[in-house]
Amino acid sequence: MSLSLPYALAVWRRNAAMYKRTWKWNILPNFFEPVFYLFSIGVGVGAYISQMAGTSYLAFIAPGLVCVAAMNGASFEVTYNIYVRLVFEKTYDAMLTTPIEPDDILAGELLWAATRSCIYGGCFFVVLMLFGLTPLPSSLWVLLLIPLTGFLFATIGMVFSLRIPNIDMFSFYFTLFLTPLFLFSDVFFPLKERLTGGWLWLAEALPLLHPVRLARASFRGEFSVTVLWDLAYIFGISFILLLWARRGVRHRLTN
Amino acid sequence: MVVGTRELSKKFGERVAVDQVDLEIPSGVCFGVLGPNGAGKTTTLRMIYGVTQPTSGTIHVFGMDITKNLRAVRSRLGVTLQQNVLIEALSPKENLQVFGRYHLLREPELSRRAEQLIDFLELRSHADVPVRQLSGGFQRRLSIALSLINAPELLILDEPTTGLDPAVRLALWSRVRELREAGTTVLITTHYMDEAQRLCDQVAIIAAGKVIASGAPAELIVSRLAPETVEFDFTPNEEALLFDGFEPKRRLRIGRRLMLYVDDAAHLIERIRGHDKGDRRPVIVRPTNLEDVFLSLTGTSLEGNP
Repeated sequence: MSLSLPYALAVWRRNAAMYKRTWKWNILPNFFEPVFYLFSIGVGVGAYISQMAGTSYLAFIAPGLVCVAAMNGASFEVTYNIYVRLVFEKTYDAMLTTPIEPDDILAGELLWAATRSCIYGGCFFVVLMLFGLTPLPSSLWVLLLIPLTGFLFATIGMVFSLRIPNIDMFSFYFTLFLTPLFLFSDVFFPLKERLTGGWLWLAEALPLLHPVRLARASFRGEFSVTVLWDLAYIFGISFILLLWARRGVRHRLTN
Repeated sequence: MVVGTRELSKKFGERVAVDQVDLEIPSGVCFGVLGPNGAGKTTTLRMIYGVTQPTSGTIHVFGMDITKNLRAVRSRLGVTLQQNVLIEALSPKENLQVFGRYHLLREPELSRRAEQLIDFLELRSHADVPVRQLSGGFQRRLSIALSLINAPELLILDEPTTGLDPAVRLALWSRVRELREAGTTVLITTHYMDEAQRLCDQVAIIAAGKVIASGAPAELIVSRLAPETVEFDFTPNEEALLFDGFEPKRRLRIGRRLMLYVDDAAHLIERIRGHDKGDRRPVIVRPTNLEDVFLSLTGTSLEGNP
């Protein structure tokens, strides 16, 4: 174990320094995107749906979309951006000429991805607040859920990025992994009402399902024992993937 | 001894990249590792600063085993990689600050070092311009500045002047000399023999992962060849006639080109003129350089083809 927090933060600050330069332009889409979703799906499609699980359709999809924003924020960072730094810009080769070690790089990058997820998810939450869709105070739990979701998807993306042979593989990651997750993880309809038997169990494997369930529980202020399972999933999978990513980073950087 | 390697080897699968390399780099010298592309220079460097694990052998830097004291060793050295690793959206000043934090430098020391290096590498005129707008020479100078941010005792330069124009190369060489005079030990890899000859106190020539010669450049030239080189086009038949009863210290043929290494060129030129019967073919007389040493050792040109 050779993680040192000050060095990990130096890695984090490299990305923060770049983001600071462009944040005014970068952050704008983070506000527009939720507005478009809310109007198109929530208001537009929602007009044909009188009620969804006891609420308006708009209120039904709102919590899940916060998780989607957190997922996307982290995913962009650990896919294209990581790959460019790793393969083209050789950022990590330069870091490894300093006292920084591979574990610090991994920690710094995952923390940064989680930070980006907080920016995305946080912006989305603010927009929801302006729409009056965030019941207070219970929905504030989501602010803790956003970084956890970000970290989960940061580890997933990191493992993928360290193993692919070329940058074109990311289109698979987005269209065959993230897009289906977005569409089938309880965000737009309750999955369990459309699935039966073994499929229901299989659906529990979907990583976005758990944050979405937690977010919805938080918005409704209805916490059941499922919360523990969802949290256990998020922490457990993040941890396993973290160990896997650690091996991958060492392998890629130190040979 | 700042760097000492013992029977250092690295295999990538079946391929032997570095083969039983012994290097001893004393404090305060400029040491050159010379060799063609793919000779194992970069792999050797990567093992010295601890990024690549040796397959066998030992490495001590500042008297410490690199594999056990990675952070301690790296905090005292600086490395300029072959490829410039810069944040293009940020200015040279900001790049220096980001890189300084990798060494946990804090303000006001961080800014003080950055300002010093901006002056030292003559980056002042563009200190606040995004790096992507800078010329190749500027970017290279900034890369070297980054590797000096922690005031290293050992500076490692991996092919520092490849692709630079002559003026920039000269400027960089003089900076390297200044650093060395101030006590920094410099380890440089290059496939430019003129660069090595001008900068280095000692060199190790490596080919196919092995050290094939080492020593001070001038000593290598004298011991392996001779101080003067006479170079001209001559067929093998003519060559046989010319050397009937005369043997220069060493000769080397690459295609039609013949290179003769001698202590005194005048005598040889007389002989050649006697043979070419008024033909007055062009003959070049020049000081023998490291490139000749390399050619004589490997029989191949540095750039691949003779």
